[in-house]
Amino acid sequence: MKYKCCEGVRDLRFSRRYFLKQGGVAMAGLSAMPAFLQRAVAATPMPNKKQLVVLFQRGAADGLNIVVPFGESNYYRMRPTIAIPQPKRGGTDAAIDLDGFFGLHPSLAPLEPLFRKNQLAIVHAAGSPDPTRSHFDAQDFMESGTPGLRSTEDGWLNRALETVPEENASPFRAVAMGPNLPRMLHGGAPAIALPDLKQFKVMAQAPGTGQMVEGGFEAMYSQTVDHALHGTGTETFEAIDLLRKADPAKYQPENGAQYPTNRLGQSLQQIGQLLKADIGVEVLFVDCGGWDNHVNEGGVQGQLSNLLKDLGQGLAAFHRDMGDRMENIVFVTMSEFGRTAKENGNRGTDHGHANCMLLMGGDVQGRQVYGKWPGLNDHQLNDGRDLALTTDFRSVVGEILTKHLGVKGLDSVFPGFDNNPRKFLGLLRT
Amino acid sequence: MRLEERPASSFFQRIPAISATPRSFLAAILSVTCVLSLTVELPASAAIPAVAKEKKPKADPALKGLPITELSPDEAILHALNRLAYGPRPGDVERVQQMGLAKWIEQQLNPNSIDDRAMEARLQDYPTLRMSTAKLIDEYPQPKQAEKQAQQVQAQARQERRRSDAAVIVVEKDTQNAPEQPANSEAPAMTSASAPQPWPDNPSAAAPMKQPAQGKAATNGTGRRDVLGGGDPNNVPRAIADDSKRPQRVVAELGMAKVTRAIYSERQLQQVMNDFWFNHFNVFAGKGEDRYYLTSYERDVIQPHAFGKFKDLVTATAKSPAMLFYLDNFLSVDPRAAQRQAAERAMRQQRRRGGFGWPPRPTANPQQPPKKNDRGLNENYGRELMELHTLGVDGGYTQKDVTEVARCFTGWTIDKPRQYADFKFDDRLHDPDTKIVLGKKIHAGGMKDGEQLIDMLAHHPSTAKFISTKLARRFVSDNPPPALVSRLAETFQSSDGDIHAVLKTMIWSPEFWSRESYRAKIKTPFELVVSAVRALGTDVDTPMPLVQWVARIGEPLYQCQPPTGYADKAEAWVNTGALLNRLNYSLALAGNKMRGARTDVTSLLGVDSSADPKTALDRAVRVFLGGQAGPTTVETLEKQLDNPQVLQAKLDDPRKQVDLGVVAGLVLGAPEFQRR
Repeated sequence: MKYKCCEGVRDLRFSRRYFLKQGGVAMAGLSAMPAFLQRAVAATPMPNKKQLVVLFQRGAADGLNIVVPFGESNYYRMRPTIAIPQPKRGGTDAAIDLDGFFGLHPSLAPLEPLFRKNQLAIVHAAGSPDPTRSHFDAQDFMESGTPGLRSTEDGWLNRALETVPEENASPFRAVAMGPNLPRMLHGGAPAIALPDLKQFKVMAQAPGTGQMVEGGFEAMYSQTVDHALHGTGTETFEAIDLLRKADPAKYQPENGAQYPTNRLGQSLQQIGQLLKADIGVEVLFVDCGGWDNHVNEGGVQGQLSNLLKDLGQGLAAFHRDMGDRMENIVFVTMSEFGRTAKENGNRGTDHGHANCMLLMGGDVQGRQVYGKWPGLNDHQLNDGRDLALTTDFRSVVGEILTKHLGVKGLDSVFPGFDNNPRKFLGLLRT
Repeated sequence: MRLEERPASSFFQRIPAISATPRSFLAAILSVTCVLSLTVELPASAAIPAVAKEKKPKADPALKGLPITELSPDEAILHALNRLAYGPRPGDVERVQQMGLAKWIEQQLNPNSIDDRAMEARLQDYPTLRMSTAKLIDEYPQPKQAEKQAQQVQAQARQERRRSDAAVIVVEKDTQNAPEQPANSEAPAMTSASAPQPWPDNPSAAAPMKQPAQGKAATNGTGRRDVLGGGDPNNVPRAIADDSKRPQRVVAELGMAKVTRAIYSERQLQQVMNDFWFNHFNVFAGKGEDRYYLTSYERDVIQPHAFGKFKDLVTATAKSPAMLFYLDNFLSVDPRAAQRQAAERAMRQQRRRGGFGWPPRPTANPQQPPKKNDRGLNENYGRELMELHTLGVDGGYTQKDVTEVARCFTGWTIDKPRQYADFKFDDRLHDPDTKIVLGKKIHAGGMKDGEQLIDMLAHHPSTAKFISTKLARRFVSDNPPPALVSRLAETFQSSDGDIHAVLKTMIWSPEFWSRESYRAKIKTPFELVVSAVRALGTDVDTPMPLVQWVARIGEPLYQCQPPTGYADKAEAWVNTGALLNRLNYSLALAGNKMRGARTDVTSLLGVDSSADPKTALDRAVRVFLGGQAGPTTVETLEKQLDNPQVLQAKLDDPRKQVDLGVVAGLVLGAPEFQRR
């Protein structure tokens, strides 16, 4: 028997929805176990699942100033005004030495202890191999998971979920924080966009009509023939229902974690909240922008530095808040491409190629900068101007999906790519 | 069990309206039932006026001259009002029918022939719309630090008062502050494929009354904001209030004017085109000085060229301080310019010292390394000009072309960006050498380099195709028929990029009126917000809450950070969070809970609250959806309306009352109203 869930029927908290859909079942004359029952079962806690959080830095973050190759003199030659100084004893306005060659931007100081504790790893000179320098195309490729191929309609994160089908998946299995669903989560597996947990409900305006109004909308959307709206509508109302039970209003971050007060920080806090609610979350997506610093990027201080402060504090707060749960979580960052190795005429950087990725979590074999360093001599640069690419982001993600989420068919997640596990960098414990 | 399922789902997969994931299996069955019933009853025309039904589409005089074969007259008129306008107002269908659809379209294509004084009168409330950039900078200065702090204290007091007022009328709301325009950001802190959201510095609901943290909040001068965009849209932040002299007010007036025009302008197609071109040549208000430049950009650059020649539009944007600032071109200079200038200075000195006897040689050492603050080439504009404004990303250019284009535009800059911000060509900063773009030599010299380049790009076949595709996507369907796109591209090329001519070709194409394109587009958040107001005939006094709803549903006006502009495909707008906000918006608007907006649902529906709920529903479907709701929508709603909660029994009145606002809100939230 696949569905051992008769208790679930008795304990049905989806009562209104139950009758609604039950009516539908009778109409269609079907005796199969209806989907809502499977989901009711799924609503019970499932804390042992592995979870993945993907952070997309939109606008092409400057990887060379985030994880600084301070051991390369070329770096200082090419960036006369924006380079991060070499590490110095007791100095806070210089790179934080990681391994004698690479250093963290000083604004990422909150991440240093995580690196030392094996919780944080870095992959450098990584990214999408497509040569485009268009933000739009590059983001599209990195999210579709098929660089260079525009016809792909869905995103790799969604396809990854489809390879591990869950017939009784929670409506929160895949969640994007924000008003819109990112390309990465488009596809056949249900995924929801959550702008703000506190506001995720139908707000009836006339007293006492709440239930009726919500029921009316729900019924319309569950029965509409509008293909695009039908699925979204169903997901919306399931999520509202489940979230009501999880009662996110009660939430307080733990272990003294302090999230930054900007959008990224607050989104990370809500991600933490969703994970702790044990409502079947498996993958989460969040993005942040502002990385496209063509002008006055700054070095130790400045625009990039400010963004990194929020990023560093946000990740550290999340790690602290999650506590032991970090054992089941992998957090990975990516950005559509890197920036020119040389600074431009406006003390900024233009669109480049390879970048760095950060990985954080209990399964991560931290304390290491992975990947082959291509060097920054003129002849080593991509197109004579950018950090060359030595690690395809799909190998990094592929390893996480395989080892962490248990995805088996990487070839359908990244079609046309060599997904051989032997090419994994060994970023995660097996 | 699984054996039973399998053949069933493979059968259902053949029906396009079904998503076949196991999870939605049950829902799929429901849909099939609907599809089956639809095939019997479609076109779902229970409420189409009887007059229309009797006439054959082709014979209808109202449609004369247009290639309409698949749509009924009423459908065709609705379609036109949904595509070439922001949806019908009460009585619009009848008006167009009387006038004749072709004549209405001709008028819309020639907006200056339409009297729009009533709308202009509404815009009198927004003085910034008529101001020069210099005046805006002068009258809406960045507040100084001391002033900021005083204002924060005031703002807080006001907010508390407003909060208590709002609590009376809003049944369900939390204690958060309203979202606000993103603060000034040299480093705009967020983008996304999705929409940038207003963001706060301290959104913690647990401590809503706390003094905002100094630092970021203070430097941005905006006090507390809601980062995740979940505040009450009725609550207008201090910095954008009517009497505010803060720079945020300038952008707020733009947003209110845009909403006002879309609702009330008789020149509807003009508003649609303004929106289209602004989005095509997007500029983000959150980038530094651009908050002051957008007023002129929209008024003097976009609007006058919306139906004109494409080349003029590109040229005007290229020379606009808004674009020059947004895509950094105002900083892009020939890297050798500094050396050249040093040499000239030396020459002048020598001349002064040595008299006029001989032409002196430059003395600067060309090998000298550039100083730290020497400026150089910035290729940001060069790339986006080709990728997003003209050729399209597949238009056939290379990285080398991008650099060469950037060289063409060196010296195109802004004179006094913080005083009056005029376009200036500075020959001293221009790269004088020959450039090669797309294999063609550009050597017109000086400012003509850029102009020659624009001329070349505007007339390139890739541009014709790219612009035609975008127009067809806006007006016809997400994936427009290739034959239609080629026809538009032909007109584009043969008419020297005449936008008016391209639109005419499109509207007089059968594809525009096909059954397939009918209601094929999902409304963007802006379209949804505006079309609902129009459908209800709401009288809007204060459009700010509407502006904030547009942001909340995912499309904050003037706040699209990436140069791509907002997406024009359904995927971008259909998701759980946005859908929920659409529903909540419909309820708030129809329930008369929107500050500064009044709707008379009773007279609009022609029924009063003592009516039978089904009568009210029929009227609402007829008025808001042109009578065209899927049978399931009507059936479902009828069932819901039997719910005793809809019939409010008042204590002193034994009769049952229908809450018409709830009925209207439900129908505006129906799937059918999300499409145009």
